[in-house]
Amino acid sequence: MVTLDITEKKDTRSGFGAGLLELGRNNSEVVALCADLTGSLKMDAFKKEFPERFFQAGIAEANMIGMAAGLATGGKIPFTGTFANFSTGRVYDQIRQSVAYSEKNVKICASHAGLTLGEDGATHQILEDLGMMKMLPNMVVINPCDYNQTKAATIAIAAHHGPVYLRFGRPKWPVFTDPNQKFEIGKAWTIQEGTDVTIIATGHLVWKSIEAAHALAAAGISVELINIHTIKPLDEEAVLRSVAKTGCVVTAEEHQRNGGLGESICGLLSRNKPAPVEFVAVNDSFGESGTPEELLDKYGLGTQNIVDAVHKVIARKNG
Amino acid sequence: MVHNVQSGHPGGSLGCAEFFTVLYHRIMEYTPKPFSMEGKNEDVFILSNGHISPVFYSTLAHAGFFDKEELNTFRKIDSRLQGHPATEEGLPGIRVATGSLGQGLSVAVGIALSKKLNNDPKSVFVLMGDGELEEGQNWEAIMFAAHNKVDNLIATVDFNGQQIDGSTEEIMGLTELRSKFEAFGWYVLDMKGNDIDAVYHGLVSAMDESRQGRPVVILMKTEMGHGVDFMMGSHEWHGIAPNDEQLASALAQNPETLGDY
Repeated sequence: MVTLDITEKKDTRSGFGAGLLELGRNNSEVVALCADLTGSLKMDAFKKEFPERFFQAGIAEANMIGMAAGLATGGKIPFTGTFANFSTGRVYDQIRQSVAYSEKNVKICASHAGLTLGEDGATHQILEDLGMMKMLPNMVVINPCDYNQTKAATIAIAAHHGPVYLRFGRPKWPVFTDPNQKFEIGKAWTIQEGTDVTIIATGHLVWKSIEAAHALAAAGISVELINIHTIKPLDEEAVLRSVAKTGCVVTAEEHQRNGGLGESICGLLSRNKPAPVEFVAVNDSFGESGTPEELLDKYGLGTQNIVDAVHKVIARKNG
Repeated sequence: MVHNVQSGHPGGSLGCAEFFTVLYHRIMEYTPKPFSMEGKNEDVFILSNGHISPVFYSTLAHAGFFDKEELNTFRKIDSRLQGHPATEEGLPGIRVATGSLGQGLSVAVGIALSKKLNNDPKSVFVLMGDGELEEGQNWEAIMFAAHNKVDNLIATVDFNGQQIDGSTEEIMGLTELRSKFEAFGWYVLDMKGNDIDAVYHGLVSAMDESRQGRPVVILMKTEMGHGVDFMMGSHEWHGIAPNDEQLASALAQNPETLGDY
């Protein structure tokens, strides 16, 4: 079990920046493109050390995605960086045709995803990106949960040949995963084993789920907590094995309920062995300005919301 | 091909036949077999206005990328010759899917950047439609290519003055296209696209002007449906197929193509 006395906090985007720099040093085919957000994406170090392999696209994301497809055609491994909103919705057709359908080895790296972007408000808080990206054939979709996992994921996706969407965020967040972890695409991480309920969490809400699991343990509820960092391809075996044991699920994600991880889990269970599922996700609304914690609480993504969802789903299972 | 499946885009294809022929048989240096996606140390071509796939596929077959027989599968089920160019079926000669307009120039710029990183001395060619220039992404790429001195890139605009809903002049005037490109920092050439000698000299001039610190664009004046009297100069033949009678009439006007489609 991950303990709650974690004091170190770092932003997941810095994990991306650190991973990209390490990749740059170890693989000369890795190139990076950014749309006028180099500092926000923590790509400065890569840019400074490898200026000839860094391309400033300006505020022109469509061209950035197309150029990345071209660089991949020429044998490079391009990493594009901008906010999640501009990495997906703004350039969906470019990704669909020039990257996904064309099977290009482009890594679309997206920061400031979800409500925890905070004060900039709903124009920038995309909550639909996982859904859009997981619908695209050929696309791998990854949403790591802390600095270390984001760094490991960044390094791992360079070794995967094909398009990848890597989503991370802005706020400083507890660092609780192993700094030397081996990141395996499509492989779930069982954080703790339990018997009463399975919580399946991704991204920033993994930490909230750890807090919830501690609160639930104090109330005598045994939680099996699974971190799904790879939304697609989904580790179906891990999910089915856990739910066969616990018989009910709470999913937790910083995303719309429509199209998110929870729907992927429900689809999987429906096709195999249905079980009651409760969603901790944004329910068909846009966000607003505020601090990350205020927003998570207001939109039902806080620790207490996960605890409540667990009580509800266990009652349904037993009802 | 288009008649065979009663589907496709004959007008724009016919207008660019001379361009494709000269580009693939007199200008570009490449290895058709085995086809290399990366195209290192080869000249590379991207068709941005993917709907003129008939002339592109025909050119690739004649250049040896695949057998001419396969042209008969165009737009049919299980074919590698998709309605618009695609890579998924593995058709040699195609490096990116195009069809949704405005994306090819960006991809071509990316390939040109990869060639520079690889110290690859060969060039990247891209063809765009004139109506396609209404897509904003082109202007992002045009700005980037000039700012970053992408001078191993030769773009050509198929300036036939037609788009689906009518003439470009009527739909969205491209007034002063030369000065638009020049203002962005490109070197601009004019070329008659339906005159094989003019196309050859135009492309040679463009090659001469490349690698001088700015991208090059050729404004290629063409006539949609060139060589077939009832198709020429009309947007009506953008995306419809000729019937038996029209095909016979078209082929009779171009006897050198008989039996070779």
